[in-house]
Amino acid sequence: MAENAVTPIAPAAPPPAAASARAAPAKPAPALSVAPGPHIASGALTTRRMMLDVILAALPLLAVSVYLFRQYAVFQIAISVIGALAAERFFGWMRRRPNTLGDLSAAVTGLILGLSLPASAPWYVGVIGAFAGIGFGKAVFGGLGQNIFNPAMVGRAFVMIAFPAALGASAYVAPTLGVDAVTQATPLTAFKMMGSVAALKPLFLGMTNGSIGETSALAALIGGAYLCWRGTAAWRIPAGGILALAILAGASDLTGGSPWTFAHHLSSGAFLFGAFFIATDPVSSPLTPKGQWIFGAGFGALVLLIRAFSGYPEGVMFSVLLMNSVAPLINRWTIPTPVGGPAPERK
Amino acid sequence: MNYLVSVLLLAISTALINNMVFHYFVGNCPFIGVSRRVDTAFGMGAAVTFVVTIAAALSWIMTYFVLAPGAPLTAAVLRLVRPGSTAVADLSILNYIVYIFVIAWAVQLVEMYVRKFFPPLYKSFGVFLPLITTNCVILFTCLEIMKHVPVAGAPVAEPWGLDRALIFAFFAGIGFLIAIVLMAGIREELEHCDVPAPLRGPGITMIIAGILALAFLGFTGMDTTLARRLAPKPPPASAETAARPAP
Repeated sequence: MAENAVTPIAPAAPPPAAASARAAPAKPAPALSVAPGPHIASGALTTRRMMLDVILAALPLLAVSVYLFRQYAVFQIAISVIGALAAERFFGWMRRRPNTLGDLSAAVTGLILGLSLPASAPWYVGVIGAFAGIGFGKAVFGGLGQNIFNPAMVGRAFVMIAFPAALGASAYVAPTLGVDAVTQATPLTAFKMMGSVAALKPLFLGMTNGSIGETSALAALIGGAYLCWRGTAAWRIPAGGILALAILAGASDLTGGSPWTFAHHLSSGAFLFGAFFIATDPVSSPLTPKGQWIFGAGFGALVLLIRAFSGYPEGVMFSVLLMNSVAPLINRWTIPTPVGGPAPERK
Repeated sequence: MNYLVSVLLLAISTALINNMVFHYFVGNCPFIGVSRRVDTAFGMGAAVTFVVTIAAALSWIMTYFVLAPGAPLTAAVLRLVRPGSTAVADLSILNYIVYIFVIAWAVQLVEMYVRKFFPPLYKSFGVFLPLITTNCVILFTCLEIMKHVPVAGAPVAEPWGLDRALIFAFFAGIGFLIAIVLMAGIREELEHCDVPAPLRGPGITMIIAGILALAFLGFTGMDTTLARRLAPKPPPASAETAARPAP
């Protein structure tokens, strides 16, 4: 998709007088704007560059994860990335397709999958997750740019149902406590099962147990800000998600609901990691600006709903998959009107 | 528990958590056959919702008054034919046949209506409209309701009146509608995708249905948590008595 992006050399023509006389509010442009020709291709905007951006943005998360989980994090992420690369090549070979490892998309899928697994999961979980994700999430749809669901989340859902016991994060290495490792429930699980509320500061900084990449809200914010600044991630999706979660959880706080306030909701679990890194996958999220707001808001609301009411402590994976399945319908309902163009025909 | 709350829970649980397609895996035939376009899929979902509601109402009435062991109508007939008999009339062996007749009747009704008022929709449904008769969503719903019809002799675990049966059936149809519209949206997108030749059509649809079923697992347990939250709180008097000895 990204290779086909073109940049117009002519500045956008001012809207015709008739259109401005109507004083129609200027609508934001769709993500892939194509102006009338002539066109030049932008060599800088490639899939490889976008994927490199994601890897760069994930560096803070990687740093926190290595600090917390040491060699286990390195091992788990390496297993997932190698598994994803092998799966990509394997399915490409099955279809006699040219080698697509160079665009790094499979490496990013493996990276996201590895970051979303707990450090204590056995090695085959990462491998099976990577093969299921690349195979059922991407290859059967025809490869990069055509998948309906986020491949990493398909792989994670697969192993979550297949190995539910292996997917519980069991321990982390606490550098300041002077012990080898701390075993405890993740903050969300502890709250769901026993009602114990974690302190806000370690939640935000990430000094807690959890999946490898999800512990630190701060690292996810730094990486996410970089992604949005580069334009690799559509900023409207995390913005919509954070707004929806904060408003809904804040309304619940105002009615005196639970000790797990909206700040806890925002900084705990994989919410920020999911909002910035997973939900913003440009292939499986909507293309239109309005659609991206709807997608993000739906994602945030579903995360809160699943956390609060379902049997699972965390809902990021399910929310991403559910919103991915609605994305084609959102695209269809939110086609933007070009400024000065004819009104869209209503059926 | 409050009546409205229990009805709301039944609706959520039927439409989302125990979705007909993604949880029970019934109704796959129209789910795959008619999910090519969103508008057709919506029509199909609406037709199934209508048929399942009518059929469920009729089959609840038939089961309660005629078919169940010791049903009032059958018992009255038995008393007329054999006065003084102590036998319990039990026609539940006829359940399946009666349900299928009821469903076929409701489908005929829908078919006539759609043919008269929506000819293009009728054409795009093709053979799948009469095939609603054999749609397992509907027979499954009727059989689920049969398990919950209150019987005089043997009490059932969770007896449903006609109201609960109707809500269950309607939201079973809504769940099917949600599933088929989601699938149709995805399949319209798939027309631009380079799906491997052996997987085109039903193959890729089954794979997507599997992924969607994984996603819908996220709603698991929502009904029991909601029931716990919405349950009436224990009276405050007990808290007062507990607090009193302290001072």
